[in-house]
Amino acid sequence: MVFAMAGTMAYAGGYRVSTQGHRALAMGHTGVAVVNSAELGFFNPAGLVFLENRLTISAGASAVFSDVAWQTQEFGGAAARTDSPVGTPFYFNVAYKLNENLSVGLSVTTPYGSAVEWENDWAGSHLVNNIDLQAIYFQPLVSYKISEMISVGGGPIMVIGGVNFNRNLNRTLTDIEGNRANVTVDASGVTEWGWSASAMINPIENLRIGVNYRSEIIMNAEGGQATFENAPVTFQNTTFNASLPLPAELTVGLSYELNDQWLFAFDYNRNYWGVYESLDLEFADPNIPDSENPRNYKDSNIWRFGAQFTATDRLTLRAGYYYDESPVQEGYFAPETPRNDSMGFTGGFSIDVTSRLAIDASFAFVRFSEVDASYDYYEEDGVSIPFWGTYKSSAFIPGIGVTYKL
Amino acid sequence: MKNYIKYIGIVALGLVACEPEFENPINEEQTYSSGEADFSNYVALGNSLTAGYADNALYITGQEYSYPNILSQQFAKAGGGEFVQPLMADDAGGLLFNGEPFQNYTNRRVLAFDAQGNPSPRVYTGRQPTTEITNTLTGPFNNMGVPGAKIFHLGFQGYGNLAGVEAGLANPYFARFASSPSANVIGDAVAQDPTFFSLWIGNNDVLSYATSGGTGVDQTGVMDPTTYGPNDITDPTVFAGTYSRLVDALVLNGAEGVLINIPDVTDIPFFTYIPYAPLSPTNPDFGPMIPVLNETYGQLNAAFQFLGVPERSIEFSETGASALVIRDESLTDLSQQLTQVLMTEMDAATAALYGSQFGQARQANEGDLIPLTSSGALGTVNQQRLQQLMSAGLSQETAGRLAINGVTYPLEDRYVLTAAEQEVIATATRAYNEAIQREAQENDLAFVDANSLLSTLSTAGIVVEDSRGRTAARLTSQYVTGGAFSLDGVHLTPRGNALIANEIIEQINEVYSANLPRVNVGYYPAVTINNEVD
Repeated sequence: MVFAMAGTMAYAGGYRVSTQGHRALAMGHTGVAVVNSAELGFFNPAGLVFLENRLTISAGASAVFSDVAWQTQEFGGAAARTDSPVGTPFYFNVAYKLNENLSVGLSVTTPYGSAVEWENDWAGSHLVNNIDLQAIYFQPLVSYKISEMISVGGGPIMVIGGVNFNRNLNRTLTDIEGNRANVTVDASGVTEWGWSASAMINPIENLRIGVNYRSEIIMNAEGGQATFENAPVTFQNTTFNASLPLPAELTVGLSYELNDQWLFAFDYNRNYWGVYESLDLEFADPNIPDSENPRNYKDSNIWRFGAQFTATDRLTLRAGYYYDESPVQEGYFAPETPRNDSMGFTGGFSIDVTSRLAIDASFAFVRFSEVDASYDYYEEDGVSIPFWGTYKSSAFIPGIGVTYKL
Repeated sequence: MKNYIKYIGIVALGLVACEPEFENPINEEQTYSSGEADFSNYVALGNSLTAGYADNALYITGQEYSYPNILSQQFAKAGGGEFVQPLMADDAGGLLFNGEPFQNYTNRRVLAFDAQGNPSPRVYTGRQPTTEITNTLTGPFNNMGVPGAKIFHLGFQGYGNLAGVEAGLANPYFARFASSPSANVIGDAVAQDPTFFSLWIGNNDVLSYATSGGTGVDQTGVMDPTTYGPNDITDPTVFAGTYSRLVDALVLNGAEGVLINIPDVTDIPFFTYIPYAPLSPTNPDFGPMIPVLNETYGQLNAAFQFLGVPERSIEFSETGASALVIRDESLTDLSQQLTQVLMTEMDAATAALYGSQFGQARQANEGDLIPLTSSGALGTVNQQRLQQLMSAGLSQETAGRLAINGVTYPLEDRYVLTAAEQEVIATATRAYNEAIQREAQENDLAFVDANSLLSTLSTAGIVVEDSRGRTAARLTSQYVTGGAFSLDGVHLTPRGNALIANEIIEQINEVYSANLPRVNVGYYPAVTINNEVD
């Protein structure tokens, strides 16, 4: 059931999704050094042991309204706009304190995903018509307090993911009635393993420092289904192998509690996107040439800033900002993940409904600068035919969730 | 709760703000104009190229990608009106006449792959033809392109008369949409009172002679086209006069237009795909025969030497590709002399047979063109010749050895376009093109040099670039793979039509100070791959 919900829309660099906790998201998706709720399960499991309550649950979901527009002045002008489904990334974190020095937890999150849907047969249909990429992280956690100054945490990650991708075979091939030949590749239930490890340091009163590392996980889709439509008879439906990396991420950050009302946080993410060199599809049928699509991503950085203001006993307000560098290099801008540098403006609040239950809300507006970009690695008869255009994207992400403490 | 309501308000605002908008959206910024031209009623006149004929047939998608239809879509951005075409009933392409398949108007060709993955153009049999030519369509039609039409046909009264179709007196395509049995093409076009027209006519006036291997007659000097055979070359004076009358009729009410000239037939893959020397010693059907063939031809070559025509000698190389043996009807017929000489070496009957078979024979050279239609005949036994030889008393085995097309049996006239025949075509084409350009100048019409365009396509190929010099498409005249020509080797693919459309747009922009956008050639389809063939 959860898989159906997991259609998520990338609005960070590549297909990284930053909606893994409303309290953190409201503060620019900072959280590696913030002890606030069970959201720590994702941001820094080492911090779980510093939570005051025996049981803490944080759960929520966001609705991602995101669209990409493309246009070119060339050849009389052409324009296209994605009509992507509303993405619904979610998270569920639970922490349980076994004793003063040891907590355990479970974190279920969707840190990677993408759903982009262009109009079928649009000008870039030889690169992508639509893509839906999903990954759900399941992570059991342990958090151990070495001293009041330092704790460590982490655990293994099981990922279940899937991808559904459609594009035209090339710019010219049609069936007898002129319908464009296209292929859909579909793989689901791909399971892989990874891990994360983290530490939290409290060197002085009111200051916390956090470090979190989440390992790279290569999703190996084996025996996925490739379905050809309107294609010549040589393209028989077959299976394919492909691998897609979910890159490693290192986060370091700090938080400072200025007084009873104000808390400030800063996170730096290093995303190891360099692992994403090429998206290669190997078809089982020898008559179908393998598809090699260079991506050549580079490692990228995100800088995040957040602030929290405790307004009343029951109301906490939050705001934040982040700057997200695109991992896409010049000449590799493919419309299946059309991401350039972006800025996120976030805000949100928590209301304590009872002493145990709080409602958390967040919203984020992600602004991408307009960019002229091309993908230069599509070839016809050995001649590179760049796919050019001006791209403009935006995303608005409202989300709501709950925090429960016992 | 109050906060909650405020929050919902923010959500709603966000939804509105979510749609990404460009600083300079193209649709608002770009304005196109027709300049001094008026595209509100565009009528296209011409032959198969104008109709959207491709792959040896007329079918719906080919019509949709005809250059006039592509143009009309660009015209629509600058005041152009609706463009109606006499669409066929299907994408198969064949014609029916009273429910029966009509003559040799078969289905289109598709590129089929055999079990070993080798491609070959074949006739599509995935569905039966459904276009019944007795179903007359109600016009008017903006695309008046009529496959097969020569220049003088556009003025022929009754060219669309169903009653004359079976006898070849009328055209089955025009019969589908002629306004009446006595109508002619130009009359139906002018009756629409076009504000803009295109005219690309005259190709067939040389092309049918060329594709028939020069079996027709050069009618230069003969002024009555009603006496011409289907494969004849139209007299240039008749051409020029008819062309002038057509243009006069079209511009009478002040219409603007574009005239397109005639490409050289030698630039199309129909004549360039099959080399004059295709016989490879590595071919297992041919290679082992070479020593025996050379021994036999040795006797013949000695006779040629004796008769003072050593240039007619025939020899096959054991290391490289060899030229086909052809019959060149322009050579002096030495059948008698050859027989006399050969009688000193062999019996009279055999000598007479050799004499007649090789009296006008020679090996092909780089000046000769081999039409695509010969592809099925080369290296195969000529059944007609086999029967002749057997009735002359030869055993089937001996007869078979002497009846191999292009190897032992000189390739028939229809399978070779000799240099002399090409020269006749080139002379007529030059004369036609001079007339076309003159008409364009005299009437201040746009002029498109398709001759030059297709010449470039067949030599260097054409790289289509966008305004910043980035490669958007590359086309050549290579058969099947070049992207520009359909599987009949004569007519264009949608890509090729888009290329022509861009050339026309460029000239219209220049001559009429219009501002029309080019089309993205690379996005148009090329040949169709399909395995529904016999």
